[in-house]
Amino acid sequence: VTAINSADLITNLLIFLLATVLGQELIRHVSRLLHTPLMALTNAISSVSFIAALIVLAEPNTEEVSLLAAVAVALAATNIVSGFLLTDRILRMFKRRKTGK
Amino acid sequence: MTDLLAESLYVVAALLFVLSLKFMAEVRTSRLGKICGVAGMAVAIGATLLAYQTQNVDLLVGAVVIGVVVGSPIGLKVAMTAVPQRTAMSHAFGSLAVALVGAAEYYHDAPAIDPATLSVLSGEMVLGFLTFTGSCIAFAKLQGLISGKPLLYRGRMFVSMGVLGVAIASAAYLVANPSQEMVLPLVAGAALVFGFLLVIAIGGADMPTVIAILNSFAGISAAALGFVLDNQLLIVAGTLDGSSGLILGIIMSKAMNRSFTNILFGGVGATVSGATTTETRVAQTYTPEDVATIMRDARSVIFAPGYGMAVAQAQHVVKELADVLQARGIDVKYAIHPVAGRMPGHMNVLLAEAQVPYDQLWEMDRVNPLFPETDVVIVVGANDVTNPAARTRPDSPLYGMPILDVDKARTVVFIKRSMGPGFSGVDNELFYLPKTMMVLGDAKKVLTELLSSLRNMGN
Repeated sequence: VTAINSADLITNLLIFLLATVLGQELIRHVSRLLHTPLMALTNAISSVSFIAALIVLAEPNTEEVSLLAAVAVALAATNIVSGFLLTDRILRMFKRRKTGK
Repeated sequence: MTDLLAESLYVVAALLFVLSLKFMAEVRTSRLGKICGVAGMAVAIGATLLAYQTQNVDLLVGAVVIGVVVGSPIGLKVAMTAVPQRTAMSHAFGSLAVALVGAAEYYHDAPAIDPATLSVLSGEMVLGFLTFTGSCIAFAKLQGLISGKPLLYRGRMFVSMGVLGVAIASAAYLVANPSQEMVLPLVAGAALVFGFLLVIAIGGADMPTVIAILNSFAGISAAALGFVLDNQLLIVAGTLDGSSGLILGIIMSKAMNRSFTNILFGGVGATVSGATTTETRVAQTYTPEDVATIMRDARSVIFAPGYGMAVAQAQHVVKELADVLQARGIDVKYAIHPVAGRMPGHMNVLLAEAQVPYDQLWEMDRVNPLFPETDVVIVVGANDVTNPAARTRPDSPLYGMPILDVDKARTVVFIKRSMGPGFSGVDNELFYLPKTMMVLGDAKKVLTELLSSLRNMGN
């Protein structure tokens, strides 16, 4: 049974706020050259919701609930695979000028 | 519940995700950033599989196989010009996954679910479902499945806000009556309709900001799911993604001198309003051969690319032209406006794909002081981001928007499909200046002709 107790909530709020401040700082420093691959990367990272779907799938469930979780697994897996592959492909394209040309 | 090992591994994964974004700061370390991201994901999934043994192995394996089979070709094959629509699609998938897990969690727990949890869960589902349909519409617009023009009608705000009101009210009812399982489809349905209405009313050129905002929504809904499941890794990852979308959205909206509210609800670009001048002015048009003559004597050239370059797939011929110019000892740079294209960083990726070295890609603030010393600027498929009215005419809708100061160069070559105004519907006075050479036609075709003229000219 899910229940947010107040101690957990406060801890999680603290984590959320710290992650927000950290995230703002990190993203501000990302070169504008890389904003497109950044979007592909963060999208793959936030698809760690994959593990949330895994956890729900592991609980004893009705068939309907399991099916919802399985669809979520497929969607998140798609994002993880395509997001990281695309990030890799884009990053490989960025090259400096060849010197001595 | 979870054992200590899994919890500790989640800490490692969270750290790897943070490092991943840190290393994305510059090109030099960006591949390390990607490796940290992949490693963090592997640790997170490994830890979860260890801690939670599922009985539904068939279902799990089947779902993962589908994900890999669908995701691999998208990641490996999608054209660089199509990356904006693939990004919209990924926000749709991500937010739907989060919303579905939320729904599954509700059906699993209801009615034994406390109001605090259910409030967060409802909010997460509303945000997830509206981001899903909003992103689907953004995808359809970017892919050209539906018109990029905003769909506007009388009382639009009233209808949209009414639907959002239904979503929020039914979510509130569900929180008060957790056993009313039939209310959830209503919450989901209203949120889905609102996402559709929101983005269908936004024009194509606002997509860089819209994609960033949807990115932010997808991340925040994932973080909210982390609160519901008391999973700190999900909170961290979702928040990082949400922050990224927010920052990119702010950068994009600043580059258009617009607020989020104006972009989301403004409906800009629907009709050509009274902003266009009524007088008919005639711009001087030139042939690619004329331009080649000018280029021969140039010492410095700056390309200013826009969405039209992506549409015409002209980035490769731009690079070829740049190579020929450089072989003649001409200095070549590329001026990148933040909102050129259909997503943040779009032009950089297209030009990198064409093997343009990234140290030739100049951001707006750095390149603007160089225009007065530049012999020729070639504007390829951009318009509004070069319009001097943004600096000089307080009555123009573009007024205040930061632009590329291409008008300060000695000669401006405009390659455009037609004399039509840009997305904003505002005429560009730059077309009529004596220093401007308009070349009408498909960017790829014009540049190819220009290239062969230059080659025929010899030295």
